[in-house]
Amino acid sequence: MGAEFVMLSLAPILIGVLAAIACALPGNFLVLRRQALIGDAISHVVLPGIVVGFLLSGTVSSWAMMAGAAGSAVVAVVLIELIRRLGRIEPGAAMGVAFTAMFAFGVLLLEQSDTSSVHLDVQHALYGNLESLIWVDARGWGSLLDPAALAELPPELPRIAIVAALMLIFTVVFWRPLKISTFDEGFAQVLGMRTNLIGFGLVIMAAVAAVAAFDAVGSIIVIAMFICPPAAARLMTNRLEHQVLWSVAFAVFSAVVGYVAAGYGPLWLGAEDAVSAAGMIATVAGLVLAIAALYAPSRRGSGVTADR
Amino acid sequence: MLIDALTLQLGYNATLVAIGAALLGIAAGAAGTFLFLRKRALVSDAISHSTLPGVGLAFLVMAAFGGDGRHLAGLMLGAALTAGAGLLCMHWLTRHTRLAEDAAIGAVLSVFFGFGVVLLTVIQTVSIGRPAGLADFLLGATAGMLFGDAVLIAVAGALAVLAVWALRRPMTLVAFDAGFAAASGIDVRRVDLAMMGLVMAVTIIGLKVVGLVLIVALLIIPPVAARFWSDRSDRVLGIAGVFGGLSGFIGAAISATAPSLPTGPIIVLTAFVLFTLSMLFAPGRGLLVGWLRHRRQQRRIHLRQGLLAIAQDLPIYERYTLNLLVKAGLARPDGVATELGRLRATKACRDESRWAVARRMHSHEATVSRYDGLRPIEAVLTGDEIREIDRQLAEDEEGCA
Repeated sequence: MGAEFVMLSLAPILIGVLAAIACALPGNFLVLRRQALIGDAISHVVLPGIVVGFLLSGTVSSWAMMAGAAGSAVVAVVLIELIRRLGRIEPGAAMGVAFTAMFAFGVLLLEQSDTSSVHLDVQHALYGNLESLIWVDARGWGSLLDPAALAELPPELPRIAIVAALMLIFTVVFWRPLKISTFDEGFAQVLGMRTNLIGFGLVIMAAVAAVAAFDAVGSIIVIAMFICPPAAARLMTNRLEHQVLWSVAFAVFSAVVGYVAAGYGPLWLGAEDAVSAAGMIATVAGLVLAIAALYAPSRRGSGVTADR
Repeated sequence: MLIDALTLQLGYNATLVAIGAALLGIAAGAAGTFLFLRKRALVSDAISHSTLPGVGLAFLVMAAFGGDGRHLAGLMLGAALTAGAGLLCMHWLTRHTRLAEDAAIGAVLSVFFGFGVVLLTVIQTVSIGRPAGLADFLLGATAGMLFGDAVLIAVAGALAVLAVWALRRPMTLVAFDAGFAAASGIDVRRVDLAMMGLVMAVTIIGLKVVGLVLIVALLIIPPVAARFWSDRSDRVLGIAGVFGGLSGFIGAAISATAPSLPTGPIIVLTAFVLFTLSMLFAPGRGLLVGWLRHRRQQRRIHLRQGLLAIAQDLPIYERYTLNLLVKAGLARPDGVATELGRLRATKACRDESRWAVARRMHSHEATVSRYDGLRPIEAVLTGDEIREIDRQLAEDEEGCA
């Protein structure tokens, strides 16, 4: 666990952990509101925006791509609402129409444009490349105190850190309105809360988290972290406060164990190369959920009995 | 080039692929209709993503036995196994835990897909068989497809269409009204299972052509597009099949004309174009027809209000109303009514008074409740009834007739 670990694994693990937390926090409310698949939809629709951002700026400068991603997320929300309202189509199907069509358009754009010189392809979009985000300048744990080395950290790290902090602030500041409007929308309205606005804000925050995490780690982690840790946490407790804490714990656990298992597991088993870290993190999150579904105290949800 | 492709003159393989894609599209559109009517469209997303680990495992097994590991039927079998496992996990989660269906769908699709990606990287590592082309299962690729594969897809597509045809009655009944279906002696759970089996079959057949990320689109978009054309479930089923078939055929043909046109996305975008056209121009629920209907209603109400204003010698301030009256020859641009206008105004006013009386008479309660303020009274009541109303009207000595 020396210099090599700091150089090769510290940054990816931190990025994975922060991405997992940033997605799991809003994910708690999405799961409770039965909007869990919004994360899935968002992570698909950002593809055309990212490609357009790349084509316009000509580089993989992430700010142009983030702007494109945000733009296409907005287009998708508008498209879904149009189909739902004007066509009177149920929300699940409306979402299915919009996100598949936009993803197909993104793939087509990608195939038509010359992106062979940079690593922008569909595989990258789907499962990211967490392993490549290494900290080249690190010489050991001491580098954490060296400003010159710190300046060379992968740019994804500060970005995802900011977004994770933003999610934390959002969850803490709007805790009461989020909680009340999630469990009892009517009561929230009686208290004078703008429940539409809260719901919309939640979706926006989820989109921000998804886009930032997508940029760093690809869309599988995004979908898995939006759903698996909150769902597992939901089976642990009946109290929202505890659920959110559990979900963060599960997210961190999945990210760390998944990364280590992907990076070092094959070596321990005698193979030579590592396997996909993003895929492994999603797999570990799934295992956590499976164990929770089998043994967690509040898995049946028979009201307020188990842990009060 | 495109004409050649659409008329099936790009060679034997391309023709077979286009036919296979069309059959696949028909089966997908029809099977998707049952899902859509049952409001479970996104279940297909979980099924399609959970095929990936199966493809990886099947490759590993076949490669371990010494082949190059790319036998399509074997890969499809593996895909079917893990898709079934994913479906079971999803059912178990929704039945035995408190999690809602959407959380179960999302959990299954991300975890199975993630595990599939792990397997793909394992395959790259162990370097057995010939893994190039496995990633094609993500987005579909028909270029350079083997003849045997094309035949397999076409035959399986035809079988899926036959299965939909055979099962259409019980499935329509269940999708439309599960309670009624159960009461008429249909085993709803078994039909649901058959529906899921059908969706799974379509997904697996579509793996090579459309790819697992986008096969969902073929199951969702055609039924949603078809829904604009009819309110009857059997017609929606048929139209969705036609739309799916068209998308598959046109999409496969277009993509055969150039290597930079990936099959899956082109098929999906063709379906999306059909959807957009349906949403805009379909009779009944289409946006254009709806807008025209709204305009006509607006015009009728404005005309009626204008006539009532004329009858009561009130000035007309609304420009739109006045324009309508002028255009119909009922008033002059300065707002003074023409001869015809006065006549029609009197009639409108008399209708209004008659309706007012009818509303007080209990014998017409049912009729009156349907009054929308526009219908002429003769269209609803008989001459005798109107004479009775007029007698009442004379007694009351009110109104303007």
